[in-house]
Amino acid sequence: MSTLLEAQSVSMTVGGAKLVDAVSLQIDAGEMVAIVGPNGAGKSTLLRMLSGDLRPSRGAIRLRQRDLHAYGPRELAQRRAMLSQHINVTFPFTVEEIVRMGAGESPRAVTRALVEAALDEVGLSHFRFRQLPTLSGGEQQRAHFARVLVQLACGEALHGPGLLLLDEPTSSLDLRHQIDLVETARRRAARGTAVIAILHDLNLAMRFADRILLLHRGRLAADGDRTAAMQADTLRKIFEIDVTIQYTGAGVPFLLPQTMRPASQAT
Amino acid sequence: MSVMAERRAGAKQRRAGMSLRPAATLTLLCLLAALAGTALVALTVGAAGIPLARLPAALGLWADSAANPLLARDQLVVWSIRIPRIAAAAMVGGLLAVSGAIMQGLFRNPLADPALVGVSSGGAFAAAAAIVFTDSHLGGSLRFLQNQLLPIAAFAGSLVTTIVLYGIASRGGRTSIAIFLLAGLAIAAIANAGIGLLVFVADDRQLRNITFWMLGSLSGATWTKLSALAPVLAAALIACLSIARGLDVLVLGEAEAFHSGVDVERLKRISIVLVSAMTGVAVSVCGVVGFVGILVPHLLRLVIGPAHRLLLPASALLGAILLVGADTVARTIVAPAEMPIGILTAAIGAPFFLAMLLRQRGLVSL
Repeated sequence: MSTLLEAQSVSMTVGGAKLVDAVSLQIDAGEMVAIVGPNGAGKSTLLRMLSGDLRPSRGAIRLRQRDLHAYGPRELAQRRAMLSQHINVTFPFTVEEIVRMGAGESPRAVTRALVEAALDEVGLSHFRFRQLPTLSGGEQQRAHFARVLVQLACGEALHGPGLLLLDEPTSSLDLRHQIDLVETARRRAARGTAVIAILHDLNLAMRFADRILLLHRGRLAADGDRTAAMQADTLRKIFEIDVTIQYTGAGVPFLLPQTMRPASQAT
Repeated sequence: MSVMAERRAGAKQRRAGMSLRPAATLTLLCLLAALAGTALVALTVGAAGIPLARLPAALGLWADSAANPLLARDQLVVWSIRIPRIAAAAMVGGLLAVSGAIMQGLFRNPLADPALVGVSSGGAFAAAAAIVFTDSHLGGSLRFLQNQLLPIAAFAGSLVTTIVLYGIASRGGRTSIAIFLLAGLAIAAIANAGIGLLVFVADDRQLRNITFWMLGSLSGATWTKLSALAPVLAAALIACLSIARGLDVLVLGEAEAFHSGVDVERLKRISIVLVSAMTGVAVSVCGVVGFVGILVPHLLRLVIGPAHRLLLPASALLGAILLVGADTVARTIVAPAEMPIGILTAAIGAPFFLAMLLRQRGLVSL
């Protein structure tokens, strides 16, 4: 698979504090990557830099061998889609209107099927005429996910495999919809999309990601597949909690927190 | 009443959280018809009543009634007073309603209104300053420049106010509703203090002009002023359609709008210039008329939804209807005297605004 996104030693400094410190990574088309790490590790900052929303203080990011900031907003939107956290819609747009926003200026006749498919995929077809602000937090999150899927599909129709960035996409979702969402993202990855998602649920990350980036105090503490990146020692140190890693019958690792006390006192 | 029935049906859907939108063309056609009806009524009533039967002749549609002694008077009233005034009311109403709708989209806040948050006051202050300045510093031969200077001064005043307001209220891509309203209040107070100072130093003639700006009135409408309004309205309406989708997506927040492919900085610049130009020109023609910008888009959103591609032109039409109606009431309710229209729109709009505030108490958190 070809490299879609490349970050070279990117840093972000705000008011003397280094939020992200010299992170380098390469993401290939078709890869599903999870970013994990404790609160304040710089996950969202890194993701916002990868989306082109924030300009790194140092280092460069290239999307398809071209500098990220050389793209205009519309060009960029056709090549990467991003779902932010905490989107607060104040006007009474319906779910369908919100989802259709993902299609940009594309004519409605072209995008109707995409909107239908995305609504169906997130299980909100029956809510299409409901006003978004009247839905629950989780339902709103799914509607925004559908919008981002439409944007991704419109862009991929024009320029081939794109980049899908998700900032804690499962934070308001119940268990079933968490699984639905990551499985939907996996299906996109299987078709060539590069997916990068910030996940707080380490088990979800281990279950669904091809590759895990572990971020700690702005630095990349580990980068590899689930067994390489998720070493119990590293996790104990970074999350300051005792954990054991066990395996299901099928050999899939899962994580069990042992105690809430810091690891140093737990021995 | 089909409109009432529609409202009731709309309210029922809202309770269920459902929204079915009426067709765009139908909405605009209905509003156009209502505007024509309101204008027709406005043409016939006033200090000199012109019954509907005499209206075609007065308009000069057919000139077979040369014997009628009333005709000359009717024609004079209709062509030199009433039509310019109705046209001015319609255009000002359209400008104010659309600038309110754009401002609400820009700040993602249904409570934004150029008059409420000091943008109109900023324009009025600059206009008042222009009156006092040109009067005392330009010789009599140059006084004609005042007419050209006023809209420019009002626009500049509105522009500065909007930029300052945006700078204060939005930080890191988020706009705080509470800070926005409070900052607007403070800015309006500063502008009003400035107007107060100008009133203090102004002579009698200047004072009359300034008072006119503070209360708002359409009695000064002339064909010349219309020629300043019309191009701004036309240009603004065309520009509106180009930012409609951007304003829709902006409801998701600045970051998310950027992720969706909107050039957010450009959109904000265009919106600010549009709001300032529209408010400034409206203020330069009829002074500060409040609450049109908040009332009209809000009512429309309840029926046609918040999508700006339809909301903006529909706001122009409903704003025109509202102001033509309000002006007709203003010039007949205490005839032969005339009530300043600003008082009338505030009397209707302020209680409405309070009601909206009560409904949205949850949204406004300090």
